[in-house]
Amino acid sequence: MALERDAALAVLGLNRFGLGPRPGDLARMGADIRDVLAAEVRRRAVPQPEGPDLLTGVEAFRAWRAEEDLQRLARMGPGAAGRMAAEAGARPESLRIGGMEPNKPTGPIALGAGPPVPQRLYRAEAAARLSVGVESGTGFAERLTLFWSNHFCVSAAKGGHLRTLAGAFEREAIRPHVFGRFADMLLAVARHPAMLIYLDNQESIGPNSPAGRRRGRGLNENLAREILELHTLGVDGGYGQEDVTSLARIITGWTVAYDDKRGAQGRFTFNANLHEPGDHAVLGVSHREGGAEQGEQALLALARHPATARHVARKLARHFIADEPPPKLVERLTRTFRDSDGDLAALSLALVEAPEAWVPEAHKLRLPYEFLVAALRTTGRKVEAPPLLAALAGMGQPLWTPSGPNGFPDTVAAWVSPEGVKARLDVAAALGRQAAGGPSPPDLVDAVLGAACSRETRQAVARAESRAQAVALLLMSPEFQRR
Amino acid sequence: MWCEMPSLSRRRLLGTAGALFAWAYMPRFAFAAGGRDARFACIVLRGALDGLAAVAPVGDPDYPGLHGDLALLPDGPVPALPLDGFFALHPAMPTFARLYGAKQAVVVHAVATPYRERSHFDGQDVLESGEPRPGRAESGWLNRLAASLPPGEAVARRGCLGVGAMAPLIARGPAPAMGWAPATLPRAGEDLAGRLLDLYAARDPLLARALAQGLETDRLASSQGMGAEVMRARGGPDNPQGMRQIAEGAARLIAAADGPRIAALAFEGWDTHAREGGATGRLAQLLGGLDGAIAALEEGLRPCWKDTVVMIVTEFGRTARINGTAGTDHGTGTVAFLVGGAVNGGRVVADWPGLKPAALYEGRDLRPTADLRAVAKGVLADLFGVSAATLAERVFPESAAVAPMRGLVA
Repeated sequence: MALERDAALAVLGLNRFGLGPRPGDLARMGADIRDVLAAEVRRRAVPQPEGPDLLTGVEAFRAWRAEEDLQRLARMGPGAAGRMAAEAGARPESLRIGGMEPNKPTGPIALGAGPPVPQRLYRAEAAARLSVGVESGTGFAERLTLFWSNHFCVSAAKGGHLRTLAGAFEREAIRPHVFGRFADMLLAVARHPAMLIYLDNQESIGPNSPAGRRRGRGLNENLAREILELHTLGVDGGYGQEDVTSLARIITGWTVAYDDKRGAQGRFTFNANLHEPGDHAVLGVSHREGGAEQGEQALLALARHPATARHVARKLARHFIADEPPPKLVERLTRTFRDSDGDLAALSLALVEAPEAWVPEAHKLRLPYEFLVAALRTTGRKVEAPPLLAALAGMGQPLWTPSGPNGFPDTVAAWVSPEGVKARLDVAAALGRQAAGGPSPPDLVDAVLGAACSRETRQAVARAESRAQAVALLLMSPEFQRR
Repeated sequence: MWCEMPSLSRRRLLGTAGALFAWAYMPRFAFAAGGRDARFACIVLRGALDGLAAVAPVGDPDYPGLHGDLALLPDGPVPALPLDGFFALHPAMPTFARLYGAKQAVVVHAVATPYRERSHFDGQDVLESGEPRPGRAESGWLNRLAASLPPGEAVARRGCLGVGAMAPLIARGPAPAMGWAPATLPRAGEDLAGRLLDLYAARDPLLARALAQGLETDRLASSQGMGAEVMRARGGPDNPQGMRQIAEGAARLIAAADGPRIAALAFEGWDTHAREGGATGRLAQLLGGLDGAIAALEEGLRPCWKDTVVMIVTEFGRTARINGTAGTDHGTGTVAFLVGGAVNGGRVVADWPGLKPAALYEGRDLRPTADLRAVAKGVLADLFGVSAATLAERVFPESAAVAPMRGLVA
């Protein structure tokens, strides 16, 4: 009996906190699932997508710029390279493929062959990310990564630069801090070129900075507003328009180097020439003038603000447990966040150790991305980016492309749309058709849905007219869709 | 043996679905305000449209100084399209200008929802939920409109069409919702869909309802000659071609005799913080996409265009002054568009607040002088004969003090 209970709990835990059991996982699972999840947090092991085609953000940015330059040259006609080099002096530097040392002729990516850099890197990053999800043990760290990546989202739809950088952004600014400190993640995000470009801070200029006075240009408050509203305090966090403007002034000069002086191209740069001078107050706390450090101080204060703890706690509980999470759970997570100074490992642990997190009712629907990865884990289909990217777009969650900086919605109501459920069925049908070999469908039900599977779902799978249909029904069953 | 039971017949499966969703089989009534079988579509522009760029107050002496390089000019290389002497339309919207000339289009200017902060997401929640403030976003006002009409009427019977894989909030709620999007995937087989519907009917009412409504839309789409094989997605909702295609599909579905009567569409990309552009450029492209969508709606709804109102709204406006990066930041007052054969058009409705520094809302935004709910309530009252009480309580809760703006419908 105890064993059966453990098995049911394992299915629940792997679905709610992870990416679902792979065939064999349940049989292998010796320990209590709660201990398995806690151990994963204590190891602080966040999977890193890998692949021969992945570039660092800096390399990716350089490859994108180099390709843009080549395309501009091609449009300008023969002889343009020489003219441009003559005009710009250091220009050939940026034309070198990927901006690598001259004695590395191939560089990290070959230009001029195959699809454009943004598309190539986006696909390579997609394949690597999906593979990490399919291969990870429980998938808990990966689910946390998806949560934080959506909390601090960028969008590939902004342009070629963002399509190029979206994957690197997640690997560089999100994953290293999933079991680290919230403040570190916030700083890494706000300083990453992907975010600086996405929310326009790279162009924001202090009106009284040297550049502002000379050029008559000024602030862009986009990033400052979203840091307050989305990343830290939350919309009810008690800030006003003056705090938005003030934070925008503080982070003027936080930008991305486009030229390659001192090898800076594609890196975060603090450009004092653009920075608004003076002390500026956010939420009544004055931050002394002091270059980039002024912004770092302001972000650290925001990371420690009680409203941030509550905002993050509520979002996390809403993501994993229920659209309207139990207030006591939110309260406990808020306290953990505050008491640990934003230690995300402590927060993750508090989540899986909360009794409210283990109610048998599955209140949430898997998001399309989670559904797709869980389905790949079930069927063993190999990861191939283009069709899977199309599947994600069709289901309403195009990879790294939310419609706004608030990320993809995280409520059941947003995802149980007629078109959305139909699109999931289309994806399940396609995966079913491709699922040849492997265990028989009823065995697959046991291996993936376990003892908790309803009689009706078992029957529907058992009576299917083909293996393809049986697999599709399994993937679309309420037990598989909900978590 | 795990397959001893004969599989259920298709007919029986559909019967199950039909029993769950009896609304689909309600008898048809001759319907409506003045015997009109009206159509209503609402297009939500997500990201906050710069109303001063879309419909420029070229007669206001403070406008050119404030909107700087982005300001539209009545003359110049790409002149704005004249509307009434004081206001001029963005040159990327010739279709709207033509319909305005034909008295089938209205601009409402200096308008806003009751929301006065500057968060897109709370702003869109207020815009779409129809609630007076953020925080209550379980259902949308378009859906509650359908839910509040007598069950026999066409609007209530066919529910509300929400375009997109994620239904816009405005279309979610208690009334039946249909969902459609240009296809990106090959469709699953009918037999599989029927079996799944049966499983959901037994186990999961929420999923059952969504799937049944999705399949119903599929059936309707196929009967309108726009099955998955025909309507392959040509672009997203932030792309001019995508906007046009989304509008084509929505038009065909709501034009169908047995289709829904009301639809919600959402276009994206209006958050022009940087390099917004003036008569040409980024915003011009988007407005061109919107204009193409209007043309597609006019074309697709031609047989019932005389009974159609399309309302185009956004969560709030943008700063009157351009910001430091040749764009505009989040603001307050903006424009709403009404277009359609049933619109009493050819005019700009505005109680113009002016653009002097003291007139600007919080010293930065166009001051709103009209409530967007008054516009919507006026249209719904005149088009569908919805009672004032229903509008003030169910469709736009706590809005009794906001009088419907009458006379917008011919």
